[in-house]
Amino acid sequence: MSENNTEIMNTDNEYIVDVDNVTVRFNKASEKIDNLKEYVVKILKRQLMFQEFIALEDVSLKIKKGEAWAIIGTNGSGKSTLLKVISRILKPYKGTVKTNGTIASLIELGAGIDPKLTARENIYLNGCILGHSRKFIDEKFDQIVEFSELEEFLDSPVKNFSSGMKSRLGFSVATMIEPDILIVDEVLSVGDVLFRKKCMNKMNEMLKNGTTLLFVSHNMDQVKKLCNKGIWLNKGKVIMQGDIDEVADEYTNTIEKRKEEEKKKKP
Amino acid sequence: MSSEKKTFKAKEGSFLELFEYKDLLKELVARDIKLKYRRSILGYLWSILNPLLVMIIMSVVFSFLFRRGIENFPIYLLCGRTMYEFVNQSSTKALSAITDNTSLLKKTYVSKFMFPMARITASFVEFFFSLGALLIVMIFFSIIKGELMFSFWNLGFVLVVFEAYIFGMGLGFLLAQLNVFFRDIKYIYNAFMTMWIYCSAIFYDVGMFYEKAQQQLAAGGKPYAEYLAKIIEYGNPLYIYIKQFRFFVWEPAVNTSYNWAQVTMTDFILGIAYAVLMFMIGTFFFKKSQDKFILYI
Repeated sequence: MSENNTEIMNTDNEYIVDVDNVTVRFNKASEKIDNLKEYVVKILKRQLMFQEFIALEDVSLKIKKGEAWAIIGTNGSGKSTLLKVISRILKPYKGTVKTNGTIASLIELGAGIDPKLTARENIYLNGCILGHSRKFIDEKFDQIVEFSELEEFLDSPVKNFSSGMKSRLGFSVATMIEPDILIVDEVLSVGDVLFRKKCMNKMNEMLKNGTTLLFVSHNMDQVKKLCNKGIWLNKGKVIMQGDIDEVADEYTNTIEKRKEEEKKKKP
Repeated sequence: MSSEKKTFKAKEGSFLELFEYKDLLKELVARDIKLKYRRSILGYLWSILNPLLVMIIMSVVFSFLFRRGIENFPIYLLCGRTMYEFVNQSSTKALSAITDNTSLLKKTYVSKFMFPMARITASFVEFFFSLGALLIVMIFFSIIKGELMFSFWNLGFVLVVFEAYIFGMGLGFLLAQLNVFFRDIKYIYNAFMTMWIYCSAIFYDVGMFYEKAQQQLAAGGKPYAEYLAKIIEYGNPLYIYIKQFRFFVWEPAVNTSYNWAQVTMTDFILGIAYAVLMFMIGTFFFKKSQDKFILYI
């Protein structure tokens, strides 16, 4: 079934993200053992069992600078795992991942936001988490605040913010700082229409400035608008990769077919 | 595209990688300290008041309990307690550093050493605040007794503090990674800490053991108490640091010469050796297991 459109083999340096034959395997314990007492008991009873779970299998993805890639697939197909491998959160079991430049991953907006701190303190904390110096954030501070539209609430603790406000804060910090690679995982489903539009514009602008984008979304229209390349994952395997229109259409067709089949099964 | 240039590139996952995140470390330390005292009227004063109150209670209790007096007991006690509190606080907080930052570790890449390191360093900063209590007591005694409690020797405390910081890092890293895999470590460690405080001669002195040993010898037995004293003196790094700390702060302020309070070169070598060893053990295990954290948090 797999149809890999791996194009001309190039030297490593040309790619900003180079995922090479990556396999991610989880050691899924049949029961989650997280304390010493149970661990000792299980060992004594010889009940310590592990199940393997392959989240990604032999996935290769070569991304050039300035490209915008969409990662599509149904739930549980390994999209987020792939993003996590690229942003170094997960280590692959086999294969290598090479990245060239700074990465800002918006796998969840406001991951590093501490609710007890104020918005101002959070901007610095999050900027630092993304690997920037305090001085650099000082320079960008006004721009971040302006984009997030949170001027009035700068000194109130974030725990009093709405979820929309929080995601505005998270997105502003992550994108203002102009990473080389931006990773966005379904985070834009929150927030009002206006802000979502603002985010799309911002991402488009970043793309024009040469940022490489990796984008996960179930919205095919959004994906086609924003991205020029696509990779389709199913159960951890690459089904297809290449031009976004082809991949997205093929994906939509398959999904439609599957829907019809399921309809037939249930008369 | 990014306007920042990193001049220094450490290997991914190594301890040295921390230096790439210098500013984040500062932010996290500031967060820990700020949040602890936010919304309390006395704020930072608590760092000083707390040891002061404990010292007063303990001084009263133990001057009744032990008949043998230790000169300037409140200073003696505070020296031991501030040191113990640093090791206790830093290691207990570092223990849950990884498990408390689950959401962050699942969503971004940061040097994982960062989290225990930030908590250890925050405790280290608080340790300096709590030295304020010691300062107050020493000024108080200087006035009451009419003689200066301070001396040039006091500056030596920097050396001790340095040893304890390195030791604390190692212990913190070791516990932080263990707690990811075994969440009940904290209960075991709590019990261990209670044992440790009694083994560290904080409110008694090791001289007691030597006196007991002499009695045992006189009675024709073996000097078991002396063996015990040796174990504490050579085998308990926390006591080694307390002893050094007292040597620089409390010892210059007393007129009596206590044999057991004298610090030799061996004590310094041992203290540094324990610190380096603990640091190496801690970083080794942390480094080895850090890639598996994500699967357990």
